[in-house]
Amino acid sequence: MTVLPKWADAILIPLLSILISFVISGLVILYLGLNPFEALRLMVTGALGSSYGWGYTLFYTTNFIFTGLCAAIAFHARLFNIGGEGQATLGGLGVALVCLAVPWPHWTLALPAALIGGALFGAAWAFIPAWLQARRGSHIVITTIMFNYIAAALMVYLLVEILKPEGSMDPATRRFGPGAELPLFSDIFGLVGIPFSSSAPANISFFIALLACLLFWLLVWRTRLGYEIRAYGHSETAADYAGISPARMIIIAMIVSGALAGCMAINSVMATERLVLNSVEGAGFIGLAVALMGRSHPVGVILAALLFGFLYQGGGELALWANIPRELIILIQGLVILFTGALDNMVRMPLERIFLMIRRPGKQGA
Amino acid sequence: MDFLTLLQVLDTSVRLATPLLFACLAGLVCERAGIFDIGLEGKMLASAFFSAAVAAISGSVWIGLLAGVMASVALAGVHGLASITFRGNQLISGVAINFLASGLTVLIAQDWFGQGGRTPSLSGGARFNEIKLPFADLLSGLPYIGQSYAELFSGHSLLVYVGFLTVPLTWWVIFRTRFGLRLRAAGENPEAVDTAGVNVIRIRYTAIAICGLLCGLAGVYLATGLQAGFVKEMSSGRGFIALAALIFAKWRPWYALFSCLLFGFFQALSFRPDVVKAVTSLDVPGQLLDALPYILTVVILAGFVGKAIPPRAGGEPYVKES
Amino acid sequence: MSAGSDKAGRPDTVDPAIELRGISKSFGHVQANKDISMRVMPGTIHGIIGENGAGKSTLMSILYGFYKADAGEILVGGERTDIPDSQAAIAAGIGMVFQHFKLVENFTVLENVILGAEDGIRLKPSLARARSLLTELAREYELNVDPDEKIEDLSVGHQQRVEILKALYRHADILILDEPTGVLTPSEADHLFRILNGLRDEGKTIILITHKLREIMDVTDTVSVMRRGEMTATVRTSGTNPQELAELMVGRKVLLRVDKKPAEPGRKVLEIEDLRVVDDDGVERLKGIDLELRQGEILGIAGVAGNGQSELLQVLGGCRSATGRIRLNGEEIDPADHALDGQVWRGRGVSHVPEDRQREGLILDFFAWENVAFGYHHAPEYQKSRWLMDNAAIRRESGKKMERFDVRPPIPELAARNFSGGNQQKIVLAREIERDPDVLLVGQPTRGVDIGAIEFIHQRIVELRDRGKAILLLSVELDEILSLADRIAVMFDGRIMGERMPDQTSEHELGLLMAGITDTASAA
Repeated sequence: MTVLPKWADAILIPLLSILISFVISGLVILYLGLNPFEALRLMVTGALGSSYGWGYTLFYTTNFIFTGLCAAIAFHARLFNIGGEGQATLGGLGVALVCLAVPWPHWTLALPAALIGGALFGAAWAFIPAWLQARRGSHIVITTIMFNYIAAALMVYLLVEILKPEGSMDPATRRFGPGAELPLFSDIFGLVGIPFSSSAPANISFFIALLACLLFWLLVWRTRLGYEIRAYGHSETAADYAGISPARMIIIAMIVSGALAGCMAINSVMATERLVLNSVEGAGFIGLAVALMGRSHPVGVILAALLFGFLYQGGGELALWANIPRELIILIQGLVILFTGALDNMVRMPLERIFLMIRRPGKQGA
Repeated sequence: MDFLTLLQVLDTSVRLATPLLFACLAGLVCERAGIFDIGLEGKMLASAFFSAAVAAISGSVWIGLLAGVMASVALAGVHGLASITFRGNQLISGVAINFLASGLTVLIAQDWFGQGGRTPSLSGGARFNEIKLPFADLLSGLPYIGQSYAELFSGHSLLVYVGFLTVPLTWWVIFRTRFGLRLRAAGENPEAVDTAGVNVIRIRYTAIAICGLLCGLAGVYLATGLQAGFVKEMSSGRGFIALAALIFAKWRPWYALFSCLLFGFFQALSFRPDVVKAVTSLDVPGQLLDALPYILTVVILAGFVGKAIPPRAGGEPYVKES
Repeated sequence: MSAGSDKAGRPDTVDPAIELRGISKSFGHVQANKDISMRVMPGTIHGIIGENGAGKSTLMSILYGFYKADAGEILVGGERTDIPDSQAAIAAGIGMVFQHFKLVENFTVLENVILGAEDGIRLKPSLARARSLLTELAREYELNVDPDEKIEDLSVGHQQRVEILKALYRHADILILDEPTGVLTPSEADHLFRILNGLRDEGKTIILITHKLREIMDVTDTVSVMRRGEMTATVRTSGTNPQELAELMVGRKVLLRVDKKPAEPGRKVLEIEDLRVVDDDGVERLKGIDLELRQGEILGIAGVAGNGQSELLQVLGGCRSATGRIRLNGEEIDPADHALDGQVWRGRGVSHVPEDRQREGLILDFFAWENVAFGYHHAPEYQKSRWLMDNAAIRRESGKKMERFDVRPPIPELAARNFSGGNQQKIVLAREIERDPDVLLVGQPTRGVDIGAIEFIHQRIVELRDRGKAILLLSVELDEILSLADRIAVMFDGRIMGERMPDQTSEHELGLLMAGITDTASAA
């Protein structure tokens, strides 16, 4: 029996969970010798107080939307894709190879090509664990973890031994050509006369991420494929009964998932204009938190990604202006995952009791 | 390659295998009881930091050890709360714990020591120092056997020996005692345990506590034995290699010893590209050796080399329902 | 509604082995047990009978400390006893054999027996002691099992013996068995009843939970009847008869026969030859099935659960591949073809009501309307364009279908999990029957469904037959097969043991076939 109304399940529980995470984070900040409200003020000013701050916040948000959707589509198929990190890493490779392969004349050509490259590489990296799960029964959580580490090792090898330009000490590729430069927010908003900081990296990819959210919604709730993925996610035996192939669902969901992670690279890699080591910077893992918090719904994912974008930029500012390392964000991220994901029932159980108590007298009256 | 170089590589393998071994056995106890733990890494890291930090402050490695183990057990408790009491997703909980540990360790390290997320270097009584086994010097002149004794078996810190002794101990507990029987049963069919009049929750919490203890020792060894102090992210994926070793070992203690030694050996080799090149006359990239444990685990998981069957009730919270 | 018969609560100097007083238990809004009182005298076999969902298992789980009662008290041997967990139940001398065995599959028999009742920290002495005790019990009660065999290698009958041994090893004086014969062949069941009689003669008290009237009549001394969470009567078995018990179970005269005209079988729709299935463990589940199904008839497949009926249904529903020959409407179909999934069968006019509606037939978290399209989500009328589904059309359709099948409440926007069992089943039937299939596969159509819904469902199936469609009916309820089928095939051990016409056979004859005995002349 479902006790909670839909809105409480979709909105109230995540909000309460986040609140608990924030209260604990506040206590940690207090322990570190800073007034949590002062810290919050610093973060808000740093992340949202200027177009420069917004530019960074939305830049991070873009990454997290992609990785959040990556985790979310897998969740719909009841798959725990912890390999978003590795898939995004490979996506970065795909984007870089596309950008380096041709001297692109204009970004309108480079961007779709890079998008395809990133998606293909990310999807390919997700395909192998998916295939192993579907055909050989290998636990996808473990294999995707392993593939994260294999991706990291592969990247070091490629950047140090192969892709590094002659004579450079830096494990990174050479710079992409000017034709692969994406229009920044300052360029886009400049067209309509709104001034925006030109040193912030937020770019057109943000809108592509929003478009991805729309397509995601259509895919999951409006197409047969989405219907089948959700059906499989809820019940494998029922899917089998209905003639929905579990193996096919695992592989398709993971390919879409990996492709979404790979798409992140158009933002993170094309903005740096070359591929560097660890270009993903943990965004793959944050995707898990974003999807959990956003209840695997694109609107939720956007909001959660925005929150994490804010935390990332705000946390950076906090590290700059107060003696608090950036790792504070990792802690908050851990708390959010813990409370919205693993300790969901800790919030849910008492809430259900409260709702039962409210409802019972009403029932007797009726 | 001469015999002494081989001994050196093997010696390094043993050192590098020790934290893997502790973490692997930790995972073994936990997963045998039906709880997946991908938070080994985080517990190890937390323990590494707190043992090093407290040892640095107190000057005693033993107090450090206690602090490290306590930190690890505390995180294990969070995992227990999430996955046993509140029946949450064990994988998500493990991921969360890893993040909590990487965040907290650096924050507190910066707050306490202000050295950019590291502890001061440990020395003297604040470290586990090497133990010379009796007659090591005397026998070192003896070729092969004596050399092996002196180089390979002697001269490790106490925790290395403890680690290796934990293997038979774990085997005995798991397969020869009442607790082990109940623990394995809880991982295979918790309802059978419950209806037999045994408290599943208590068994699983005990398993989680042991897991915390062993992960704690892994972290302590990392920061006070293998190295002299804590640096940011020093566990560097060892918790996951241990997980790989556990699958490679098919959840059995003696196999765990061998898989940890094997993976330790790969790590040792990646430090010695010269040796690899001399032996294989191939330019094997160090990254390949780094990735080898992960690749091997995928191969094992794929069932190409024997099938790894995890405990049947693993990952499922126990809910009374019939 | 009084029982009418003499009450078993006779004055006696001996304290009852078990006495329940005013036990109540509810799960959320569902009241599973209402104010239940009961007395069981020592050295007797006491039956508890009731329909599925009457609350029998819940009551016994409370007695075994698996659930906690909301109210009421338990007396064991005249003493008030608190049973908060299984540990306490065991200490009070109560042992339980659950319907689904609680055994560790990859442990040996010995390890399973000592689990939770070990003598000390080390296992060795416990194992040795259990070994000698097991040999003793085997001699005494016909309870032989190889102590070193792993559970997963034992037959169900033997696994059940391990459960009984577990209880006896813990010195149980009171043994509760929950639906023990559901998975047994008649001969295995007879063996079990011999064991139970032996135990009673030794002075043990046995509580037998079942929904089978015959078992109650055959082995029990006293019987309690449960209906909708309440205990409606307790009577002495010798003083009652099956009709009376059946009435007490369902609360009114049972309609044992369905109103229907004689069948008018038409041409062959489905022909099956030498169908074989080997499962993942290499066990042959179907050993050469030959069947044919004609238009306008209901073919009933009878058999004890686990004799290959489920596999047959799975093959025909596209959930499992097999070898052999299948002809559908004269067209050859290769059952080994992996592309042959549920979609293909549906496309060819075969609809399928699965045995387990909750695990197979429905997605419980989907809305009712989403479930009405389930399996038919590729149907052209549900598509808006090449890519998009027409959710509005599905909603409209499902509203009408639910109305026609009297699903209550008829609200498509409600998640399937919020409907009662009978209404969930009606959603599945609405979906499958309304497709107007050439062949309808039906598995356990009325399992866990209330009486009113049973009649409705049976009528709908007969109606479909009267429209000239072919129906393959699978049921473990012999009554249902006898009253609904026009022709009966009995399955045993992956084979068809024989076919009978319902008006030319008896429960007795079918029972023998279900036990694998074909030579009816010598057995009678």
